[in-house]
Amino acid sequence: MSDASLPAPPRFRQIGLPGYVGLLVVGALVVSSLAATAPTMDKLARGLTRLFAPSGLFTQMFPPDFSRIGPISWKLLETLQMAVAGCFLGLIFALPFAILATDRLSPHPLVRTVARAVIALFRTVPDLVWAIIFIIIVGLGPAAGVLAIMVDKIGFAGRFFAEAMEETDPGPQDALRAIGASRLGIIGSAVLPACLPSFTATSLFALEKSVRGSAALGLVGAGGIGVDLKVAFDLFNYDEALAIILMLLALVIAVEQGSGWIRRKLI
Amino acid sequence: MNAPVLPVRAEAGSTLVEPVLAVQGLTKAFAGTGILRGVDFALAPGQSTALIGANGSGKSTLLRCLVRLVEPTSGGVLMLGQDVGALSPRALRRFRARVGIVWQKHNLVPRLSALSNVIHGAQARMSGPRVWTQALAPAQVRAEAMACLARVGLADRALARVDSLSGGQSQRVAIARMLMQRPEFILADEPDASLDPQTGQEVMELLLGLVRQDGLSLLVISHRLEHTLAFSDRILGLAQGRIALDMPTPAASAGELRRFFDHEAAA
Repeated sequence: MSDASLPAPPRFRQIGLPGYVGLLVVGALVVSSLAATAPTMDKLARGLTRLFAPSGLFTQMFPPDFSRIGPISWKLLETLQMAVAGCFLGLIFALPFAILATDRLSPHPLVRTVARAVIALFRTVPDLVWAIIFIIIVGLGPAAGVLAIMVDKIGFAGRFFAEAMEETDPGPQDALRAIGASRLGIIGSAVLPACLPSFTATSLFALEKSVRGSAALGLVGAGGIGVDLKVAFDLFNYDEALAIILMLLALVIAVEQGSGWIRRKLI
Repeated sequence: MNAPVLPVRAEAGSTLVEPVLAVQGLTKAFAGTGILRGVDFALAPGQSTALIGANGSGKSTLLRCLVRLVEPTSGGVLMLGQDVGALSPRALRRFRARVGIVWQKHNLVPRLSALSNVIHGAQARMSGPRVWTQALAPAQVRAEAMACLARVGLADRALARVDSLSGGQSQRVAIARMLMQRPEFILADEPDASLDPQTGQEVMELLLGLVRQDGLSLLVISHRLEHTLAFSDRILGLAQGRIALDMPTPAASAGELRRFFDHEAAA
């Protein structure tokens, strides 16, 4: 029963001295970071003036040059193929890593720790660095890009797959365990069906991320449209560079729209 | 644990029967707090036994300890001729297949069909994707699952997703899954909870039918005194972590059971 004589509770919780010290540290970090690295207004203004000058980058980009639309289209297709292949392989390998990384499904705490560490490593190292590593291993070209996307997606999807599996209702899994089902049986019959909507969403986001990422991988020689983009910039063909950027934009938007449509249909 | 032979009440009077379940000195403590403090009882085969007790008295924990879904702290469980505490993980899986559990929350896989959920009941004796979903199941497994669904009156809803079924229908599917196990003993943890009075009664009738027609043994937890009195042969009351009430149902009255609960609440 409520007591009408009780005063209203305070609006905010007292954070105490450690809380204030923490806020001060965070504030000092933000201010010092801005002061050390952010561009000054003066510098920004000079740069923007140069950009729109008669010989500036923006001026030379227009109109975009679509004279090489044929070769560029083939390279775009290669970019999409790299993204699809890398993403597919990454998602396939992400699933076992994710299962081994979950509290409930991992066979041993040591296995879980190792699986989590591998996923964290794959996620933390940027895909451009993976691309450089795979160029050393398999040479220049799309194969290095596919492997870089694959490893990046194991890290990305592995984490989200594991989180989705951790968040599933444990009831059906307990029921199957009580029936005498094997660990694989529990995963196949209870965990995967429950996670299907989340897995689908993650997979489609992974594909979108792969398409965006695969364009950049060409900048270090790992195949795809990025190679042509880099060459266009290196040769000061800014109008052709803009054409490549616009075509890449169209591809990314098409993939995002397509995956969004699939998500709405499936989930 | 040695197989005890205990005097068990039967309708024709006291007789010596080898119990289908014998529990001796069972204890379970969580973080040093004793939930079960030496539970002793034995059940005759082919009987329905109701387990009653206040909320938090340890009834569900006791049920889980019987099949080691929760590991007991000490004590022995002899069930279906097996010393449950001594079973290896593989033997425990085989043993659990012989014990059907009906859960309060049904614990079905919500995105799958009723038929797929029932087929999961075969997972103790079969493995692999053929018992993960009805689409991959062999013809004889599908036929047996359909027979189980027909037994609970839901053959016409075989392909309905279980999250589209009513609470009563969902509980019936859970019972059909339990039948698919071909169990010899049924543990039911408040199977009538969260169901309307009519549906709850139908579910209890279904369970009692398995005892009377198939000769299965049933240990059922229920908070509904009218169900306890109508659907059991014997009543056990759990209080302070021990069996504090043990009487044949014909000798019990609603008033007596109510006094047991009142006494528990006062304690």
